[in-house]
Amino acid sequence: MTDVMDPARRLLLGACGLIGFFGLWAAISGSGLVAPTFLPGPLDVARRLVFLLTESFAGGTLLVHLWSSLQRFAAGYLLAAAVGVPLGLLMGRFRTLDDIVSPLFDGLRFIAPIAWVPFAALWFGTGFGGPVLIIFSGAFPPCLLNAYRGAKHVDPRYLEAAEMLGTPSGRIITEVLLPASVPSIIAGLRIGAGLGWQSLVGAELIVASTGVGYLMVQAQSAVSTTTVMVGMAAIGFIGVLIDVALRTIEARIHRRLGGA
Amino acid sequence: MPLSRRSAVGVTTLAVVALAWVLLTGVSGLVSPGRFPTPADTWAAGIQAMMRGYGDATLVVHVLQSLKLVALGFLASIAVGVPLGLLMGWSKTAEAVLNPVFMLLRPIPPLAWIPLAILWLGLGDGAKILVIFFAAFVPSVINTQVGVKTIERPVIEAARMLGTPRWRFVREVLVPGASPMIFTGLRLSLQASWTTLVAAELVGALAGLGHMLNLAQQDLYPGMILVGMVCVAIFGALTTALLGAVERRALAWKRTRGGAA
Repeated sequence: MTDVMDPARRLLLGACGLIGFFGLWAAISGSGLVAPTFLPGPLDVARRLVFLLTESFAGGTLLVHLWSSLQRFAAGYLLAAAVGVPLGLLMGRFRTLDDIVSPLFDGLRFIAPIAWVPFAALWFGTGFGGPVLIIFSGAFPPCLLNAYRGAKHVDPRYLEAAEMLGTPSGRIITEVLLPASVPSIIAGLRIGAGLGWQSLVGAELIVASTGVGYLMVQAQSAVSTTTVMVGMAAIGFIGVLIDVALRTIEARIHRRLGGA
Repeated sequence: MPLSRRSAVGVTTLAVVALAWVLLTGVSGLVSPGRFPTPADTWAAGIQAMMRGYGDATLVVHVLQSLKLVALGFLASIAVGVPLGLLMGWSKTAEAVLNPVFMLLRPIPPLAWIPLAILWLGLGDGAKILVIFFAAFVPSVINTQVGVKTIERPVIEAARMLGTPRWRFVREVLVPGASPMIFTGLRLSLQASWTTLVAAELVGALAGLGHMLNLAQQDLYPGMILVGMVCVAIFGALTTALLGAVERRALAWKRTRGGAA
């Protein structure tokens, strides 16, 4: 709309925004108008973060909790990708499978992933299996949908050429459908990772007995607002790391495919 | 013909699933009723929830409670998020100042606000509305912002050249131009609202569908769990359909203008 902004000015304004945010936060918590248990200042939270790196709270240090969250996340997410992507591709290729799975999928999709918590706990317990199912139900829909859309949008000429040359069905999927849908699949994997990570937090808040979510619930009961905020920061930070990792993989794959 | 074929297969699939449900849980007992309810259990739980109530209230009360929280949180986030998105899409300065703060807070998933919201506002409605607000806020801001940026430049220049007053410009150029993206954002916001509501009510509540699910889990009552899940799905779908109807009405001008939807 207006012309492009000078980068230095942009940086300055951005810094103003951040300083304003932290300044306001520190001012409100330091003013004495609110109790420190209600809103601790940014420095209190930072100090608490350093403390939790070495001292244990709710059964472990922050890193121990993060590690058990990450293990659950990896299991649920990889399962969602391993089932969702192939199923999506097959649904894009075979109409009958699409007709069979779509009504089930559309029905289940409206159930918020978190609403699976009671059954997940009943079927797989609250330790590892239950949370994994919830992460799976969060990450699965985008994995499947994007693979499906990718496969549907493959130029039919490629498929016709492959069919005419007598390529077996399995090879059409691995050598035509899959490479052509990679950008869409990766986009789905990134969305799925975000939703899966968020579902993990929800699951841990409700049922788990380790993990960052559990740490936060315990901190809430103990009215340790700083610990709750450290948990929020850690969850946000790991979420960004996961996204950065997937972006790196995405860029690498794009380079290998020659920007196709 | 393809549509009828598709729906025929769809109906068959659902029938097969229903049959499998009856056979696995009720008739053969391969799946124990303690793990997944039989159709009869589910029916009985549904009737119980509707007539006598479960968790100190009837199903209608739980549903209304959940709908109320979703509506309040969602509307509050629109009321703040859409204007903020318009501002950030329009003014480069506002964007430069606010974007870093936004980027800092955005990676925190809405569900992670639940413990803080409880510390601030307790287990009542306020905490849940706050969390839903956080969840629905991000998609409405981002999509509105993108929507403003996709408005064609000549339209904006024409309006400026004609000296359109500020308010008319916002109302008649910015909002309509961004509205397709605004609605995309609202759909995402609504979805996020439901997820967050269920999670917040599972963590702690005195009424609502999540509260029902939580009790049913503690009571090891699979029939009631299923009733709760089905309700979440039905009302999630209904509110999404309602938003779709509003969208079609609001964007009717777009279709009449040439059908390029």
